[in-house]
Amino acid sequence: MLDLPAKDDGIAGAKLAIEDNNTTGRFLNQTFKLDVLNGDVDELIKGATEKVAAGDSFIIADLEPDALLKFADALAGKPAVIFNVGSPDTRLREEDCRANVLHIAPSHAMLADALAQYLVWKKWPNWLLVYGPRPEDKLLADSYRHAAKKFGGKIVEEREFKEPTGSRRADGGFEQVQQQIPTFMQGAKDHDVVLVADAGNLFADYFPYRTWIPRPVAGSAGLVASSWHPALELWGGTQFQHRFKRLNSRNMRPIDYDAWVATRVVGEAATRKQTSDFKVLSSFIHSPGFEVAAFKGVATSFRSWNGQLRQPIIVGTPKLLVSVSPQQGFLHQSSVLDTLGIDKPETKCKAYTQ
Amino acid sequence: MPRLSLFRSALISAAAISLTASSADAFTAYVTNEKDNTVSVIDTEKLEVIKTAKVGQRPRGIVMSNDGKWIIICTSDDNDVKVYDAKTLEYVKTLPSGPDPELLVLHPDGNRLYIANEDDNLVTVVDIHTGQVITEIPVGVEPEGMGMSPDGKVIVNTSETTNMAHFIDTTEHKTFDNVLVDSRPRVAIFNAAQTQLWVSSEVGGTVTVINPADRKIIGKIHFEIPGITREAIQPVGIRITKDDKIAFVALGPANRVAVIDTTTFKVLKYILVGQRVWQMYFTPDNKLLFTTNGASNDVTAIDVANQKAIKSIKVGRYPWGVVVSPN
Repeated sequence: MLDLPAKDDGIAGAKLAIEDNNTTGRFLNQTFKLDVLNGDVDELIKGATEKVAAGDSFIIADLEPDALLKFADALAGKPAVIFNVGSPDTRLREEDCRANVLHIAPSHAMLADALAQYLVWKKWPNWLLVYGPRPEDKLLADSYRHAAKKFGGKIVEEREFKEPTGSRRADGGFEQVQQQIPTFMQGAKDHDVVLVADAGNLFADYFPYRTWIPRPVAGSAGLVASSWHPALELWGGTQFQHRFKRLNSRNMRPIDYDAWVATRVVGEAATRKQTSDFKVLSSFIHSPGFEVAAFKGVATSFRSWNGQLRQPIIVGTPKLLVSVSPQQGFLHQSSVLDTLGIDKPETKCKAYTQ
Repeated sequence: MPRLSLFRSALISAAAISLTASSADAFTAYVTNEKDNTVSVIDTEKLEVIKTAKVGQRPRGIVMSNDGKWIIICTSDDNDVKVYDAKTLEYVKTLPSGPDPELLVLHPDGNRLYIANEDDNLVTVVDIHTGQVITEIPVGVEPEGMGMSPDGKVIVNTSETTNMAHFIDTTEHKTFDNVLVDSRPRVAIFNAAQTQLWVSSEVGGTVTVINPADRKIIGKIHFEIPGITREAIQPVGIRITKDDKIAFVALGPANRVAVIDTTTFKVLKYILVGQRVWQMYFTPDNKLLFTTNGASNDVTAIDVANQKAIKSIKVGRYPWGVVVSPN
């Protein structure tokens, strides 16, 4: 693939935020540092426990959902906050939420809602939903169904894409795909858009330009919702992208952005409170008044019911930003940002309210 | 009697004409169009664009030389500052700056130009006559706002990600104090009496007023507009009248300019202008205030005494900065 994750995926963003925090810290006699631990979840638990015992309190985690839960439970009750940047699974913010985890990465629910708002705004409300065979694909498909109901979209038909895709690298691979996708898409009820739910990005990219009838593709390929886009130049984004590129010699990916935000959350709290005391910083970060500017035009902050960062979401094609959700006209009684993702009245998370 | 009546009416209309004439000292406003790489020149009497001139790439911050002969523009994508003749709009010369210069301010000595380089955490000081860099001053992340004290002794720079107003001594060119303000400070400006420094926070949605003598915060202004979400209220440009009584604050995507009493810090009024209003500038007589409305590609002229928008003038794409000639 052309966009395989870089080796320093995520870490690069945290590194930039450490520089930004230290530039600010210079005026306040504060310094920030970053240590990187790699390994399986048990090794990470061991390493993190030692770090926390030595006084390091803020952890950025890029882990699969089950590993994240194991990691969070092992550190429960210790003076540590874990920032989830690696997993968009909605259940981690809902039935499986943990009091010591804050979610910087947008949930599948937020991403689906952002895309759905745009499609509804565009007056393309009829969707053909294609989802993969894996459990996480089915969860993502649930997010699209939920978003359709929430914003007035209509899923006219659903299809599960079970077939193994041909190897694109083998000779003739593309020829097989060229045959396979159109026939799979044959005979569907008319629709405006094909929504593909492929959480692992295993097959979605085969869909654009190969549908049976000419329709745009959105979801896991084509028009995609994400926390960041390398072409974003709004709201001072140009300078931010330049700083990142200068430091890391590549474009900023969503996970780099998420790690930058996580690190800036700690920096912002330390600057405002002028302390490194864990209790003071943690309670400030969790308080309703805490906000951090994150190149999204409006302040980002944490939802009090599940620890999810509320933020505008980018809707874009691989090369360009198409729009930013929430879209105009979608209203909310407290913050329009809460039209994206699981809102307070519907949350299943109990860790934050108990 | 009918005659007398006619005579009086003629008198009144004559008076009205002379009033219009006196209010209409013609100045020239210059507007940078960020997306078009041009400057629109506006006659402030006719309230019309009289000329559009090509300048360098991505023009943003704009000032005039103290004698009114030059306009000096941050051409951000050229990573330098360009000087043009104010009358002919002909290119005069290029001044050095750091990468991505955004806002600039000229010292009262008419010589030292202070430039915020958004991309490298530095304020560059340039001699506009020799074109030499005098010094570079390290500040916070993404320096932007530049407020010069009227006596020229202090310059205040705001840094958008560090969220501070940095107080810099213009003799030593060293930072001597840093005041934390709300998120993403965009503009800093002193009042004429030098008793107040106003700083706008775009993402925080507030304006902080600081006493420059002891750097204590003496006021924090919040904005509430019915029907406008809190997120859309993003203060950027600030201008204070010469008599120090009234401040105008541009509120970005709220499409309004707030009028504020500088004694009570109360918002008196919101004036509806164009979309995404950022920078502003008074005519020298303080009769008109021009606002750049980036998203609607126009400039609004506000009648300062009556606190009313009187005309919106179409300019180029994404108007960013504005300056009005002193004569």
